[in-house]
Amino acid sequence: MKICVLVKEVPDAAVEKRIDPSTGRMDRGGEKNLNPYDTHAIEAAMQIKEGGTVPVEEIVAVTMGPDSAVRALHKAVSLGADRSVHLSDPAVAGSDVAATGYALAKTLERESPDLVLLGQQSDDGECYTIGAVVAEHLGMPSLTQVIKMDVEAEGGGGVGSGSLRCERQAEYGYDTVQIKLPAVISVGDAINEPRYPSLKAIMGAKKKPLDTVTAGDVQIDPAKVGGDNSAAQWVAAKAPPAKAAGMIIEDEDTGETVEKIVAWLDERKLI
Amino acid sequence: MSSHSGSSNGRVIPAAYPPPVDSQKEFVKRGLDGEDELIEVGVAIVGGGTAGLACANRLLQLLAEDPEMMERLGEVPVAVIEKAKTCGGHNLSGAVMRPEPLRELFGELSREDWRKEGFAFGEVTKESVYILPGAKTKLRIPPPPPQHNKGNEVVSVSALARYQQRVAEEAGAYILTETAATQLIVEDGRVVGVRSGDKGRGKDGEPLSNFEPGTDIKAQATVLAEGCWGHITGAAIREFDLAKDREPQVWELGVKEVWKVKRPLDRVIHTLAGWPLKISASYGQIGGSWMYPMKDEKTGDDLVSIGFIIDLDYADATTSAHDLLQEIKTHPLFRDVLEGGERVAWGAKALPAGGYWSMPKLSMPGAVLVGDAAGIMNLASLKGVHYAIKSGMLAAESIYAALKRGESSFENYEQVVEDSIIGKDMWEQRNTRQPFQKGLIRGGPLVNLMIATKGRFPGGRWALHRNDSKPMFIGKTKDSYPKPDGKYTFDKLSSVFISGNATRDDAPNHIRVRKHVPRELAETWRWMCPAGVYEIPEDGEGGDESGDVDVIVNYTNCVQCGAITAKGGRLTVPEGGDGPLYQIT
Amino acid sequence: MANILVYALHYDGAINKNSLGAVSEGAKLAAELGGEAHAILLGDNVPHDLAASLGNYGASKVLVAEGPEGLAQPLVDAMAAAIQGGGYSYALFGGGLLGFEIGAGLAARLGAGVVMEVTAVRAENGELIAERPILGDSAISEIKYRSQVGIIIGRLNAFEIRESGGGDAPVEQLSFELSSQAQQATMLTRGEQRGADVDIEGADILVAGGRGLGKAEGFQLAEDLAAAFGGNSAVAATRAVVDAGWYPYAAQIGQTGKTVAPKLYLAAGISGAIQHKVGMQASENIVAINKDANAPIFEFSDLGIVGDLNKILPKLTEAVKAKKGA
Repeated sequence: MKICVLVKEVPDAAVEKRIDPSTGRMDRGGEKNLNPYDTHAIEAAMQIKEGGTVPVEEIVAVTMGPDSAVRALHKAVSLGADRSVHLSDPAVAGSDVAATGYALAKTLERESPDLVLLGQQSDDGECYTIGAVVAEHLGMPSLTQVIKMDVEAEGGGGVGSGSLRCERQAEYGYDTVQIKLPAVISVGDAINEPRYPSLKAIMGAKKKPLDTVTAGDVQIDPAKVGGDNSAAQWVAAKAPPAKAAGMIIEDEDTGETVEKIVAWLDERKLI
Repeated sequence: MSSHSGSSNGRVIPAAYPPPVDSQKEFVKRGLDGEDELIEVGVAIVGGGTAGLACANRLLQLLAEDPEMMERLGEVPVAVIEKAKTCGGHNLSGAVMRPEPLRELFGELSREDWRKEGFAFGEVTKESVYILPGAKTKLRIPPPPPQHNKGNEVVSVSALARYQQRVAEEAGAYILTETAATQLIVEDGRVVGVRSGDKGRGKDGEPLSNFEPGTDIKAQATVLAEGCWGHITGAAIREFDLAKDREPQVWELGVKEVWKVKRPLDRVIHTLAGWPLKISASYGQIGGSWMYPMKDEKTGDDLVSIGFIIDLDYADATTSAHDLLQEIKTHPLFRDVLEGGERVAWGAKALPAGGYWSMPKLSMPGAVLVGDAAGIMNLASLKGVHYAIKSGMLAAESIYAALKRGESSFENYEQVVEDSIIGKDMWEQRNTRQPFQKGLIRGGPLVNLMIATKGRFPGGRWALHRNDSKPMFIGKTKDSYPKPDGKYTFDKLSSVFISGNATRDDAPNHIRVRKHVPRELAETWRWMCPAGVYEIPEDGEGGDESGDVDVIVNYTNCVQCGAITAKGGRLTVPEGGDGPLYQIT
Repeated sequence: MANILVYALHYDGAINKNSLGAVSEGAKLAAELGGEAHAILLGDNVPHDLAASLGNYGASKVLVAEGPEGLAQPLVDAMAAAIQGGGYSYALFGGGLLGFEIGAGLAARLGAGVVMEVTAVRAENGELIAERPILGDSAISEIKYRSQVGIIIGRLNAFEIRESGGGDAPVEQLSFELSSQAQQATMLTRGEQRGADVDIEGADILVAGGRGLGKAEGFQLAEDLAAAFGGNSAVAATRAVVDAGWYPYAAQIGQTGKTVAPKLYLAAGISGAIQHKVGMQASENIVAINKDANAPIFEFSDLGIVGDLNKILPKLTEAVKAKKGA
């Protein structure tokens, strides 16, 4: 089985973020790190490999981003990926979630993975469920917020062959879904506890093969990507509505205070 | 020295309550792991701050001209081990830096280049020094000679370290961030490397499901550049008796904020002693503040760096550098500059203030000390950045020369430092701290005399006493702290928040203190710590009650300033990656 | 004419609240654009009455499609078929997992613009502009669509439910083809309830306790109040009390815990330090009870009560029970 893990570098959560006033996009200066959700995806890939139910020939980390994105790839490799692919091209800069999903799908096509894993969302709050976009372009089944995943071997008993049995957290409860491979699975952070890379792995990461590709290399139609081609266009940024000052009650007669609270809640249909 | 009950005339001496730590047993590893398990590097530099990176930068410059030597140092010629998420993440300083050593290190860069790279913020053209007699008054005094800053550059060591890291990486260094160095590895009386910290331990130190043990890093030469209160440095000093015949080291604590302001400040400002410090001998508060203009070339913003420093030799347990900073901000001198602006950064750090006589021996078999870890600091002006760079460069040159000659001793480094501006300056100021331990009023004139005569009079060697030997009492300093309003003055927790500290909740406790101590000591820690780590449970907060109390240690707030080690506790290294993420301090 | 197609999630014989909000919002926006809002339901024999009931929230028509429930890709197929049939300029989702999954897949299928985590939408010059918060809710971005179809995915609880009094809507069968990828997934068990878990992120009402509760047993007061509110209510906790072992980590809110945005956040004995604030500041209504008049939480609460929670909480619990019982 070949597993591709989509990873993204995101600004460190602790860094103060700003908007670039001219583009309305987040100013991506400052520290960047591998998206914490993606570490769960890499860990999931490693657990499948180490689990032994199916042989995993290789785990490939894939990312789209500027030059600095190689750090995310190094981190992914130090956590266990065998090699990485970096889609780097000015044409894709500024792509929104739909365009990014398309570009990644084209990059993945070249790899012909049996399973694509990624984190549920990115820490910068920009991309939710990009897995669904990628799956659509690849024509693969997709499931998000997966918190448990078991691989069923080809021809082995159980549910089917060449498939996954997944549990996912939906808003109304837990679903158990069987999905045939190849598939795109977005994992939630509850799925596992990512390992820490050993120093040896960290230092060896730069030696593992890293393939840099351009949009042309993977047949990306430039009209479908890039900030200027976004189908959803940012027009302005504004401050959120100022909250009206709150009311304060000093409790003297608790009975009375409670009546006031209940009335307040009732007004707002909270009871 | 101190009585068993740890008190002296009803006051409590922190040193009588030593933390549960055995430095040599815990932090020195005897012998290396097997070849298969360890990592081998040429030169291991512990600490990716100004000094450590200057050492890496200089070393790689030398190696670039000497491929044969590069080859001899192996696959990883230079490795920098840094516990923060990135170099600069744990670095903080004022700072008005003397430019020469950095110009020496990066000859091709102009000062304009520094500002474009984002770590320098303008040359000092004007300066003023004040004493503040009261909350609304100020008295201008001529800048004492060591404080002449014209021509110096306002920098951020946090941003500078990031720049140095990039340069080092491009030149071939392996920068291992999020990696703590927890043990010194000694074999046959020689430092042969350091061991990196474990990851994935829980609150009580138990291995969690993703536990990853540390690794031995074997090195031909080790440079300890851990900064103020280096963890391994402390162990090394004990192991090799490097503090023999020296005065004890003493510390100061600085708390800093960076503000975005509406109008640019036109000068560098310092205040010495005065309000809001209580300078009487019984309170023993020595310190001052600063306010420096910063022009951010990248964004065009006008920023200001402000901070308050206090000598940790004070006696009132309620002395709090963070709150004194908030208090001094209410003075018109500061308010006129900051009003209408926005706080964009906060941080805290301790610095070594013992001077020449407190410096340990700077080399041991297999290793050397650089920067703040070596106690290198200009006491009169509290400048250390340029020395850190210089000592890093000198260490690189000494190690390079020794390894090239096949020599195993780096002792030559000590003489080189002594002969450099570091040695000269520190010798001149060698007794400028000690008189302050008698209080500002008695000590002040003596200090001035020594500065004026460049150390010649009075000469000799004056003794220092340890910060934790000072008897503590619960006094009144806290009564004048302003109540934080969240817009101009701030509480500790929201300050820790903007330092970028996001340590995981189930991390193990890296702070060693006794949990049940006299109230005076617990209050000392509670007020001193700028990050609000130490709390006393809320039952019965009465006036001057004595008696022992419990101490709650919220170690995940810790920004690793190091102050606790000076006053009765011991800071050890948390898991790599934990702690603040300073950017512009 | 700009029509809006609104996705409605149904589970266990009822329409999900977020979907009701989306239908209401869709109806309001469609009216402003001079068009109609149609809802779409997909399932195994969707009951006619259930579908028709969406008329009460403003849907002019309800499309019903036959297919496996609880999976996103069949809905991408169904909605794409409806939209490609003509007449729809926007697809609207009320947030929640499936909303995001379907919306994202649909954006890819149609080459349409998509905005996620939308908190407000307005009509301007015959088109819709979506607003979404960014940078931890400290600013709002306004986004316009350039594509033929615009996809709007709301944040959880963002759209208000409004009954239009419109009566039942006509129900129409939608025929469509399942794509190959939609046929590769099989729902084995849907919506398993696991009682032990504390799902504070999905709760409508959170009663949160902090140090002011005094001791672990103090959480009984919070639990009683949450139980009195009933429905989708839960108890949450600050980091300090979780650290002290008074309540489990799963209930922790704040910088290193969970982030929530319930309709009502009632904070008892919580000071409101920023590390906690960032986890709950987007709550619609914030009520705080604290004995310290200077607690920071009073600066951003909608209703603040300065008093002893040990006296107030039990009385409030009784009053809420009475009100609900009445």
